[in-house]
Amino acid sequence: MIRTSAPLDERGLDWIVGGIEEAIVLSSRVRVARNLQGFPFPGRAGAEERSEVLERVRTAAEHADSLRSACIWEVDSLDRVDREILVERHLISRDLLGDGSSPSRGALILADETSCGVMVNEEDHLRLQALVGGLELDAAWRQVDRLDEELGTLLPLAYHHQFGFLTACPTNVGTGLRASVLIHIPGLVLTKEISKVLEGISQVGLTYRGLYGEGSEVIGNFFQISNQTTLGKTEEDLIDHLARVTGKVIEYERSARSVLLREAPAVLEDKVWRAYGILRTARSLALEEMMNLLSGVRLGVSLKLLKSPRVETLNEILVRGQVAHLEREAGGRMNEHEADVCRASFVRDKLASDERDASESGRSAGSSDTTVADGPPSGGG
Amino acid sequence: MLCDDCGKEDAEVHVTSIEGEVMSMVQLCASCAAERGLAAESAIGEAPSKPPLLDFLGQLGSTSPAASAAGASEPCPFCGITASDFRSAGRVGCSQCYVHFESQLSGLLRRIHGSAHHSGKVYINETSDISDRLGQLSSMRRRLKRAIETEDFETAAKLRDQIHEIEVQA
Repeated sequence: MIRTSAPLDERGLDWIVGGIEEAIVLSSRVRVARNLQGFPFPGRAGAEERSEVLERVRTAAEHADSLRSACIWEVDSLDRVDREILVERHLISRDLLGDGSSPSRGALILADETSCGVMVNEEDHLRLQALVGGLELDAAWRQVDRLDEELGTLLPLAYHHQFGFLTACPTNVGTGLRASVLIHIPGLVLTKEISKVLEGISQVGLTYRGLYGEGSEVIGNFFQISNQTTLGKTEEDLIDHLARVTGKVIEYERSARSVLLREAPAVLEDKVWRAYGILRTARSLALEEMMNLLSGVRLGVSLKLLKSPRVETLNEILVRGQVAHLEREAGGRMNEHEADVCRASFVRDKLASDERDASESGRSAGSSDTTVADGPPSGGG
Repeated sequence: MLCDDCGKEDAEVHVTSIEGEVMSMVQLCASCAAERGLAAESAIGEAPSKPPLLDFLGQLGSTSPAASAAGASEPCPFCGITASDFRSAGRVGCSQCYVHFESQLSGLLRRIHGSAHHSGKVYINETSDISDRLGQLSSMRRRLKRAIETEDFETAAKLRDQIHEIEVQA
């Protein structure tokens, strides 16, 4: 039975604790676009048709094993903050919210224990998606593939013998598959190698964008890399290709980091510790500033220049330091200035609590400078 | 050197694609290159980066004999989308648009994706023919192999049973 409008709680955040070892790749995502036969695509459909699509998908979802004890959230009946929280968690796109002029009949159905689910009535009737921590494209694809098989037997899908699965935008036709990885590559940015790498990515049929998807700026050295084409190759080929290229980018990032450690250890160390110091003590933090500082600390943790905080804590701050999450926690709407103050306080508390955990468990705390300040950094050789 | 596609005309366009660590080369005559959506000067890489959508939109709006013959100037009979709707939104309105605008979309898709033929998962419905069934079988075998490689034995067992069932029916 699919539950309706359950509290969002920790929904869709399981990626935060995955892939901790490889702090370079934060998460892997796979989505496939599908449409129902016999209905105009959502952008061309009226509210009634979109309602009927939603009802059909909801009924099918009741019978899909992958969505056992799933929850559904209809965006028309969610409050503003919950909608924004879903966007901030990358569980729905802003497009799903519609323009507010008529009921969007958009919805998210999310499995109970994973971040695998379906967005209904976005640009296409169905966007099946899975989000997994670390570089785990194959695991994400398996979840989506399984859900696709289940729903495909329950719903009549729009399919063309030559073009494959049909979508509202011709750029998604065929497999309908978009696989992406969220990757943190400050080494390549600092060594100014990044433009070469991004150019290489574009030349092999992949594309990149910022943390918040299409059209968003790159902040905090977080990039999303994804396949550009969806037709003419198998789903497995598209995923393997992205995984292989991501592996190469990780390799380049590692070598950029060792160059930095070798050539400019003091500068690097200073950057990392300053970032930590500001996050740990600031009284007002804008989102972009927080993202950039988190990037510095993440680099420090990854290079073992800092022994705390944990990568998991950094991931959590990345998500919960966003404005809708802060508003939900504070229980009210905030202006920009209030949000910056609230964000700084949230970050200080998180880092302090991580430090306490670290000292209790014997990990050296990030604010204790015994590890690196007294001698050359570990990789400085 | 003769064209790899038609085998008749002299090859004028040389296409080198790199996929992962595998590099492949194709020699094409001018008309086969155009067929694949490749112009001589932009024939690099596997996905030509010229904005093909805009070119297509231009074609849709034009009154060239080819466009009118294919009915592109008529609205889609199912959703009523016209060339100008498509031009402003960059989206088609329904699955029937792919049939109605098939010849133009075929060229557009080739330019966007470097191919106009789906080779992924096959979806079987009432209009599926024998080649779809064969496509489905080979896709399932491919997925079975992968499920075994990744030790996803639950999926592998399910696929093995499904493949067996289809083979028995055939």
